[in-house]
Amino acid sequence: MPRPEQLLHTRVWRGGTDGQFQSYDVPRQESQTVLDVVTWIQRRVDPSLAYRFACRVGMCGSCAMTVNGLPRWTCRTHVARVAPDDRLEIAPLANLPIVRDLVVDMREFFDKWREAKGQFVPTATRHDPIARVCPDSPARRAADAAIQCIGCAVCYASCDVVAWNPKYLGPAALNRAWTLVRDERDGERRQRLSAVVGDAGCHACHTHTLCTERCPMHLSPTTSIAGLKRAAAIAALRGEL
Amino acid sequence: MIRTDWRNRGHSAYWAFLIHRISGLLLAFFLPLHFLALGQALSGESALDAFLAWTERPLLKLSEIVLVFLLAAHLTGGLRLLSIEFVGWHRESQKALLAVAGGVAAFCALLYALNLA
Repeated sequence: MPRPEQLLHTRVWRGGTDGQFQSYDVPRQESQTVLDVVTWIQRRVDPSLAYRFACRVGMCGSCAMTVNGLPRWTCRTHVARVAPDDRLEIAPLANLPIVRDLVVDMREFFDKWREAKGQFVPTATRHDPIARVCPDSPARRAADAAIQCIGCAVCYASCDVVAWNPKYLGPAALNRAWTLVRDERDGERRQRLSAVVGDAGCHACHTHTLCTERCPMHLSPTTSIAGLKRAAAIAALRGEL
Repeated sequence: MIRTDWRNRGHSAYWAFLIHRISGLLLAFFLPLHFLALGQALSGESALDAFLAWTERPLLKLSEIVLVFLLAAHLTGGLRLLSIEFVGWHRESQKALLAVAGGVAAFCALLYALNLA
């Protein structure tokens, strides 16, 4: 348990892209999360500190920041786990435009979900009977394994390919496309595969697996991207692409 | 926007990517030199023999061993990627796959070194 007088030497990013780190000493507390630290600074030291959060329990995906160099959900990251030497560095997520301080503009992240055709296209109407999908089928299991993404952009911020190739759709959008490619009720499989192949799509992935390492939901976008490459290769051999 | 941090990259698959990329680049530089050396035969026996005598130096022998390692690492790394993409990616087997790829490459280099001795 931390001593009450123990201080956490915290550096927080202030300003926009041309901003800099500013130092704050924050009292250590038991079970303190990184989000608690940011909130303490905003409430007690500088109310102008901008950051984003909502649920505080790892459900909404809005509080992701770069903590000691790694993208993380701040609400579910205990200080004791990431700052054993009482030093904390908190920056906005990488690879996204900074609005101010710890807030990034998520627009391009979600635009890429649309570019990857991340929207379900039904083949049936509401007048048709409900589709019977066997939960044990390999296709459904593959889709289920990837479906719990909450769109926090931790994978996107951890991916070097996104930094190298700004057009790259990124792990989350490709992961979403994979859940739909494996959904037997979906009606636009071929168009979706066309949207996710090529230099800006699944073929740009270098299998660094950083997205999979960092995903707080323990999903594996690497598996999804590998699946898309395989599905695209089979479709190309069949002359469908 | 800030760039991804170097602390984010300390992961075995990232090292595998670096070795694959660097070995690929070095091999791309090596291959034209290799063909140039073989091309010496076109200028006559003595030209090639003179070049081959030059390659007997210890430093060049050492670089040959490194070269064999890079070739083998590029091959096994490529097979690893093909297996991920066409067989499937399983989190549990990734470290083992990396260890096998590195081990086979090191074994090839060692075998070549022992053959030289």
